Amino acid sequence: MSRRSIVVVSGGLNEPSTTRMLGDMLASATRRVLGERGVDTIVDVVELRDHANDLTNRLTTGFASGSLTSVLDTVAGADGLIVVTPVLSGSYSGLFKIFFDVLDRDALATKPVLIAATGGTPRHSLVLDHALRPLFSYLGAVVVPTGVFAATEDWGAGSDQALPVRAQRAGAELAALVAREPLPKPIDAFDDVPSFERLLGGD
Amino acid sequence: MQFGVFSVGDVTTDPTNGRTPTEAERIKAMVTVALKTEEVGLDVFATGEHHNPPFVPSSPTTMLGYIAARTDRLILSTATTLITTNDPVKIAEDFAMLQHLADGRVDLMMGRGNTGPVYPWFGKDIRDGIPLAIENYHLLHRLWREEVLDWEGKFRTPLQSFTSTPRPLDGVPPFVWHGSIRSPEIAEQAAYYGDGFFANNIFWPKEHFIRLINLYRQRYEHYGHGQADQAIVGLGGQVFMRKSSQDAVEEFRPYFDHAPVYGYGPSLEEFTEQTPLTVGSPQQVIEKTLEFREHFGDYQRQLFLMDHAGLPLTTVLEQIEMLGGEVVPVLRKEFESMRPAHVPEGPTHAAIKAAAEERAAAAIVTGVEAQ
Repeated sequence: MSRRSIVVVSGGLNEPSTTRMLGDMLASATRRVLGERGVDTIVDVVELRDHANDLTNRLTTGFASGSLTSVLDTVAGADGLIVVTPVLSGSYSGLFKIFFDVLDRDALATKPVLIAATGGTPRHSLVLDHALRPLFSYLGAVVVPTGVFAATEDWGAGSDQALPVRAQRAGAELAALVAREPLPKPIDAFDDVPSFERLLGGD
Repeated sequence: MQFGVFSVGDVTTDPTNGRTPTEAERIKAMVTVALKTEEVGLDVFATGEHHNPPFVPSSPTTMLGYIAARTDRLILSTATTLITTNDPVKIAEDFAMLQHLADGRVDLMMGRGNTGPVYPWFGKDIRDGIPLAIENYHLLHRLWREEVLDWEGKFRTPLQSFTSTPRPLDGVPPFVWHGSIRSPEIAEQAAYYGDGFFANNIFWPKEHFIRLINLYRQRYEHYGHGQADQAIVGLGGQVFMRKSSQDAVEEFRPYFDHAPVYGYGPSLEEFTEQTPLTVGSPQQVIEKTLEFREHFGDYQRQLFLMDHAGLPLTTVLEQIEMLGGEVVPVLRKEFESMRPAHVPEGPTHAAIKAAAEERAAAAIVTGVEAQ
């Protein structure tokens, strides 16, 4: 059985958090489809709230603490990501953005990413396509076609059960990308230092 | 091994009393720090170069020339000289002149500068940072070695039949370090010329600098200047000391908390755990500095940042006295006892001159034998 790693990055700030719940729902949908294809899936969850201080320290000092470094490495090493943010002031949360600001510039290149968000009202749902999708396009990720937005009413008693169906579709799309052979990792700057003759030649 | 002090030359308000020194006071304070550095038996004083407030040292050779006249033994250096935005011809002239006046006590450290707006002020583009550092230094290197030079490059007006004056003292150029905190290209550059490599490691964890220095050492060997462990490495350090480490922490904390570089971020405790900053007793400084050798190998120059973040001059001078009186004598002995015989000492004009004379003598002998 082959093996893939999925990391959920959750920007939820409350405990319990619907942002985390949505992330878990998407992770199990992805895991189910990968399982059907004979792929064993390891899921890690990163709660950004746990690293809030380390993230702002990283901004002021330019280096990451030990525990933040291992989180950044986990995300960079994942075969696929599920990223979930609450909508604050009409966009992804500041904490969520800081995390992707401090991640290595090339860490998400060609990486399959499922985007998702939570909000109080479905009127925020375009945040997926107006804020998250451009961010992850910029970072060079392969963003799956279906993004998932969950408003308060999707969790409520009168829910039309559209959310699980949509989560299933998005999970299947992510699973299809993650199951493929991963593309080669970007070259480390230290492994590709041009020789001085080349530097001097102005190449 | 050479020990010294490097100064950024920042004008920073003292957070404990709200007092900001004038530029005149800060400039004179830097000179006083340099004189104290020699007085307590340290070897090197290096000044930064900046062209924007809140920094004062825009004209390093002016300051170092003045210090040269008031000292006898101190090596005068820079940390760094901007190889990107200064005209390499003027660097060649200024530092050759300074070297004559200082009787061979000058070396210098090339750096690109980390202040974006400086580039356009001097007609340059920050995106050319590495190419400028490469081309400008190559020109500087030749200006000091070729009596009459024809030269053409991308960034500067061409030179025809140009002689940079004065010629280097005793015919040997000042020793050059290349400083970098980030770019492997600069480690490669230092290795290519067999120059020194200075990693200003004070603000970041060691792992990054281990890679950078290892790269420099490997490439130094690759270019045939000697074994990897013979490459010339310099490191930074940052300390605040009192007899009891608790007093040191208490006194330094307000300066740390408001410092321009790391203030308003991690706690003093977190920062000292992850970076070379040591706030404690002289013994703790000794232990932390000895660890550098374990991480980076035997090295040739250790510079400490002492006067910054608004610390009053009297405090800084006390710190330098502790450094010279209690810390460095122990470090000298320890480092010297561990240094293998084939690893060179810190670079001096006298040693470079002697090596050049030896090479010249060997060349004559070879010439005679060939006849």
